Amino acid sequence: MKSTGIAATGMATMAPRRFLPSALKSTPYYVLSGAAAIVFLFPLAWAAFASVNGTPGSAQGEGFGPGNYQTLYSWQDGLPTYFLNSTLISCATVVFTLAVSLLGGYAFAKFDFPFRNTIFMVTLAILMVPVATMLIPLLVLLKFLGLQNSLLGLSLVMSMFQLPFATFMMRVSMEGVPKELEEAAQVDGCGTFGVFRRIILPSVRPGIVTVALFAFLAAWNDFITPLILISDSKQEPLALAMTVMREQSIGVIDYGSLEAGVVVMALPCLILFFALQGQYVRGFMSGAIKG
Amino acid sequence: MAMASSSAPASRYARQGRWWTTRRRSRQLMGLLYVAPTVVFVAVFFIAPLILVARMSASHWTLFRGDLGVNLPDNFGTIAESSLFWPAVVFTIEYTVLATVLLVGMGLGLALLIQSGGKWKGLLRTAFLLPSAMGLASASLLFYGLYSNQIGPINPILESMHLTSSPIQFLEEPLSALWWTTFLIVWRFAGFYMLILLVGLQGIPRDLYEAASIDGANRWATFRFITIPLMRRSLALSLILCITGSMLAFDQFYILTQGGPDNSTVTIVELIYHYAFQSQNLGTAAALSVVLLGILLIVNLVQFGSLRASEDFQ
Repeated sequence: MKSTGIAATGMATMAPRRFLPSALKSTPYYVLSGAAAIVFLFPLAWAAFASVNGTPGSAQGEGFGPGNYQTLYSWQDGLPTYFLNSTLISCATVVFTLAVSLLGGYAFAKFDFPFRNTIFMVTLAILMVPVATMLIPLLVLLKFLGLQNSLLGLSLVMSMFQLPFATFMMRVSMEGVPKELEEAAQVDGCGTFGVFRRIILPSVRPGIVTVALFAFLAAWNDFITPLILISDSKQEPLALAMTVMREQSIGVIDYGSLEAGVVVMALPCLILFFALQGQYVRGFMSGAIKG
Repeated sequence: MAMASSSAPASRYARQGRWWTTRRRSRQLMGLLYVAPTVVFVAVFFIAPLILVARMSASHWTLFRGDLGVNLPDNFGTIAESSLFWPAVVFTIEYTVLATVLLVGMGLGLALLIQSGGKWKGLLRTAFLLPSAMGLASASLLFYGLYSNQIGPINPILESMHLTSSPIQFLEEPLSALWWTTFLIVWRFAGFYMLILLVGLQGIPRDLYEAASIDGANRWATFRFITIPLMRRSLALSLILCITGSMLAFDQFYILTQGGPDNSTVTIVELIYHYAFQSQNLGTAAALSVVLLGILLIVNLVQFGSLRASEDFQ
């Protein structure tokens, strides 16, 4: 019962705490968890391998080399164009999201004004409406505003999708700033904006990093929004351009260059992940979701 | 004298009161000023499109010619009569059930695998979380190559180990297309659900397990009557996020299967895209958007309703 293979894996998946010490010592636990880790890591490792590996039909004919990346670099409007588009969209989304949610969060956290709760609830209600429902009317609306096929219009829409989470986050973090600090600054002659700039902003830095990270990743990885809103190939972000690359070459798909594109898209996300993993995980662990 | 001394503070209070009202009013104004960008954003990019989608769903509205007048209820009729609509609804539900069961199950399994600290567990956690850092579209493109006959590594590996007699056809048949797409989704999202469930798992007091073991509970009983009930809230959150997300599935099917083979993997959102850009009929696409919104609101109401019921029960 105590150390057979089945019991040990059962321990790991069933009554964790009590059996953990023995599960830790057991080989089956390592085999099982190691196998799971390999399943999760294998596709990533394979994509990196396939992007430089020469296969028939890919730009890198045979042997290892940068052929797939070279093809990708000069495909259509060129990789730099798409990379720049993605970067601009993501950065603009971060800026808009932060600007609107910081001011809005300040208002919700520290001021009392008519319709405060209504405005807050309507902002959160954005979460209840599926993105797909909003995109068809937004296509028409952006045209009406003269923002069709523009990176600006795209980032404004993406910022709107970020607003519920960002506003909520900012309100909660700013409500945690002690009133005494504000009053001290007011005595020293700060107006409401001075308090915001000197007291509030420095105190909610972790919240700002979280909101910025989420907004950047969401905008960088968003696919359906540019698919529906952008029809000019010069304005496409990476994810969309790569999908178009695959579609246009049906029959003779250059899978090697496709995987090279995957690597280019994934790299910034993975770098951010490793740089901020602690923050990401801690943000989760200290979150309001308990039990 | 007595009167003077009582009236002086009164007028001071009155003055202070006036000062408070003007101060309150100016703070109200400042609050409105700070919230103004949010109001503009929400009005222009959220409220206006919601009104517009309702208006479009009632109109003959094409992609290139725009509004051609009200035609209620033609768009909804087109959808109901379409040979694609009901299969898309059924497929979306099938996929939602499959993805939710597998994702929450996997998330729970992984959370149990890594739930206490240690170096090895930290490495495992990073491994399971790494795919969550990728975008869904890039993950789908990755698996498009991984599943391909041309450079996919899985069949060659299985063959070299003499594990298969014939190569796996990943996306060529309806059922396998559904399963292998779901596999991609589990790969991409399991780490995220693991994290949510880990929070719940770590919130369970240790002494409950000790009490259970003193009472002679076996592992299954401990899991069934302590772990699961005490993780109720994070399980509910996972279920809500997973069901809502799966109902809106698009990227993975659009990229991996393009709705095929034989339109067997068309989801509701893919159908919206189909109406808007293949049929170039924005009115019908808007009508389906409204239907989708309705479905989602009902699903959310049911979910939150049952969550509240279970909380009351406790």
